[in-house]
Amino acid sequence: MSFLFYIFSALALVGGIGVVVSRNPVSAAFSMIVSFLGLAALFIQLDAFLVGTLQILVYAGAIMVLFLFIIMLLDVREEEKRRRPIINMIGAGGVVLAFVALVITVLSRGEIGKATLPPLTVTEGPGTSDVHRIGELLFSQYWFPVQVVGVLLLVATVGVVVLSKKELK
Amino acid sequence: METALTLNHFLFVSGVLFAIGLAGVLVRRNLIIIFMCLELMLAAANLTLVAFSRFNVQDGQPNYDGQVLLFFIITVAAAEVAVGLAIIVALFRTKETTDVTKVNTMKY
Repeated sequence: MSFLFYIFSALALVGGIGVVVSRNPVSAAFSMIVSFLGLAALFIQLDAFLVGTLQILVYAGAIMVLFLFIIMLLDVREEEKRRRPIINMIGAGGVVLAFVALVITVLSRGEIGKATLPPLTVTEGPGTSDVHRIGELLFSQYWFPVQVVGVLLLVATVGVVVLSKKELK
Repeated sequence: METALTLNHFLFVSGVLFAIGLAGVLVRRNLIIIFMCLELMLAAANLTLVAFSRFNVQDGQPNYDGQVLLFFIITVAAAEVAVGLAIIVALFRTKETTDVTKVNTMKY
């Protein structure tokens, strides 16, 4: 199964690079969708079927559509071809390389990261699907965060309506 | 080629994706694309959560706490994108640009 991991992680990374390098915002948005599809495939490979589906539905479906709407609404033009200051590139590249080096150092140190995929022994029977288990947790142990997130969504909705009004009265 | 997948594989992909998003935030000037790169960083962090959840098997099942946290992160990300894009639209109305280098004063 590991070649699937390489294919889909390459998809996610290439999509991410596409977001950063493409000049046209619309093609950046589509690269982003490709990246999210790769990520969702990785989630499903990790037996997280519910969040893999949510990733596609919410990120690729809702969030990126919102982005595309705004890009078309604002009629954002391609960035003009202008030499970016070389110092910016060097600075950003340095920060990114330092971050990747940090990740590699941390990962090569710990023993926990060398664990191979442990087998799931309980996969059959009622109440063992991840949808069931996550739903159970959400409405028992995590009932309070669910309420808070509900209020957050309400606040966000009201906030968006207020922000998009032309005149505040 | 058939090497067994370890936790490090997933964490490395997540870290590199996060770094790509970070590069985008630092290099790009278009506010919308910077915002997209922020989302990319958030999604990269999600991969870490799912990987830890799957590799921490308890009673023959993954530890679902990580996936519940991811559920909340996706919800918050959706709310954040809605508010952020509304702010970008409001900014575009007053400044007629989404270039961050042209938005460098607070009022005038």
